[in-house]
Amino acid sequence: MARAVTRRRKLAFTLVGWTIGLTLFFPILWAILTSFKSEGEAIASPPSFLFFHWTLENYAEVQARSDYLLYALNSVVISLGSTGLGLLVAIPAAWSMAFAPSKRTKDILMWMLSTKMLPPVGVLVPIYLLFRDFGLLDTRGGLVAVLMLMNLPIIVWMLYTYFKEIPGEILEAARMDGATLAKEIVHVLAPMAVPGIASTVLLNIILAWNEAFWTLNLTASDAAPLSAFIASYSSPEGLFWAKLSAASTLAIAPILVMGWFSQKQLVRGLTFGAVK
Amino acid sequence: MATLHTRTTARFMLSPAVLLLLVWMIVPLGMTLYFSFLRYNLLMPGMEAFAGIENYQFFLTDPAFMDALVNTLLLVGGVLLITVVGGVFLALLIDQPFWGQGIVRLLVISPFFVMPTVSALVWKNMFMHPVNGLFAWVARGFGLAPIDWLASVPLLSIVIIVAWGWLPFATLIILTALQSLDQEQKEAAEMDGAGALSIFAYITLPHLARALTVVVLIETIFLLSVFAEILVTTNGGPGTASTNIPYLIYAQALLQYDIGGASAGGVVAIVLANIVAVFLIRMIGKNLEA
Repeated sequence: MARAVTRRRKLAFTLVGWTIGLTLFFPILWAILTSFKSEGEAIASPPSFLFFHWTLENYAEVQARSDYLLYALNSVVISLGSTGLGLLVAIPAAWSMAFAPSKRTKDILMWMLSTKMLPPVGVLVPIYLLFRDFGLLDTRGGLVAVLMLMNLPIIVWMLYTYFKEIPGEILEAARMDGATLAKEIVHVLAPMAVPGIASTVLLNIILAWNEAFWTLNLTASDAAPLSAFIASYSSPEGLFWAKLSAASTLAIAPILVMGWFSQKQLVRGLTFGAVK
Repeated sequence: MATLHTRTTARFMLSPAVLLLLVWMIVPLGMTLYFSFLRYNLLMPGMEAFAGIENYQFFLTDPAFMDALVNTLLLVGGVLLITVVGGVFLALLIDQPFWGQGIVRLLVISPFFVMPTVSALVWKNMFMHPVNGLFAWVARGFGLAPIDWLASVPLLSIVIIVAWGWLPFATLIILTALQSLDQEQKEAAEMDGAGALSIFAYITLPHLARALTVVVLIETIFLLSVFAEILVTTNGGPGTASTNIPYLIYAQALLQYDIGGASAGGVVAIVLANIVAVFLIRMIGKNLEA
């Protein structure tokens, strides 16, 4: 039974949908627009929406004044590093739980999940003191370790739900044909697991890139990623909105695009497979 | 099916992850618990002494703690209310056929990918600033006096900023659940003469119950830990008007160097989070069997 959707109904929904969509997106759009204004125009009231003197000077200034690239590099190193290390530990774990489950597999999964429920602030004091004593404060290595451990449960869980969907019979067939464990992983499992691993990587990079509790508390300048660097614009002296906007635009653009591409997998990862 | 050999291999492959998480959980937790019973201030090194439950007494009877607890609950509750109600509404809207649906969907989910420090500062400066902000400009346009958002209604301002970031999360998950709804069921109800409202109340809403529960629980876990948004906007002020528990503990530890007191606060925060976590874990566990 084809329901005839009247044109007028569709038009009405188009209008409402776009209005709401643009309203929610507006703060991002506004930051992007402001990044192309001069500082004077950025704080002008009434504001100019499109008809201002477009300039790229803020992007140049942000780099010249505060060595923006260093913070961007820190963000890249920390999010890629923690994701890579996490995968290294999580892939074998998820593989073994998905394909050789034992009686305790479910308990282990649940326990891993429960470590994610621990509020970071509950362990702020010991982690801070340990970092201080081991000389890890404001180092990339320290932050990579903390973010890796923080997101490890999510990585294991996501990979587990993806691996679970790979039919076990295929593995058995490979085994019957005499494939060794190594061959089984490289030739059979890996090709089928790549999509799942890719979306896990994507989600984890997004989470690590945007993390702003440990980065604010454990870094100062040398290892500060963008999320901590942007916070330095909170000082009340002077209104550097155009520069703040330029720095913000650069900081969110790559992640925004990645997020758009991974929206479907995101739901699974963030709900631990409870909503698919 | 699994031979002894593969079982040993499996255990070997699982152990690094388990050991790492075990250490990551037990060592800091143990230290927090231990510190919480010490009189320990970083400004007075070498003066550590056993304090019994003194830190807990101090932390729990501190008027700032009551303020922070209330603020935490208001923050979590306010954001949940906005995001769940708004999320259902937005998901129903995006689920309708209209031109440019895919693009609108991308626009709606975008705020979720904005890092907290960026969203907080963009809102604080470009929207909520009492003189140059857009809200002030709009208010003046209507002939009203602009309000200084972060000074006069700090907690509400933070609720708005945080809700903006989490609304897409709720929308995305509810939308995913909505799209798995059996259309035939709806059509059958329509044929039986059910109106749009009763279809929503008796078919759509029950179908969404699980997704809604998941949204509420997961958001609660994250919202109990809101920190960056407060640090870069109000610093918990004015007074304690926008201090939540994570911010209070941070201030106790890294601004006042009171390790013992902050640790006691940390234990309290963990207990609070666990109350929610128990429900969430039970729900996800049930799903694992299905």
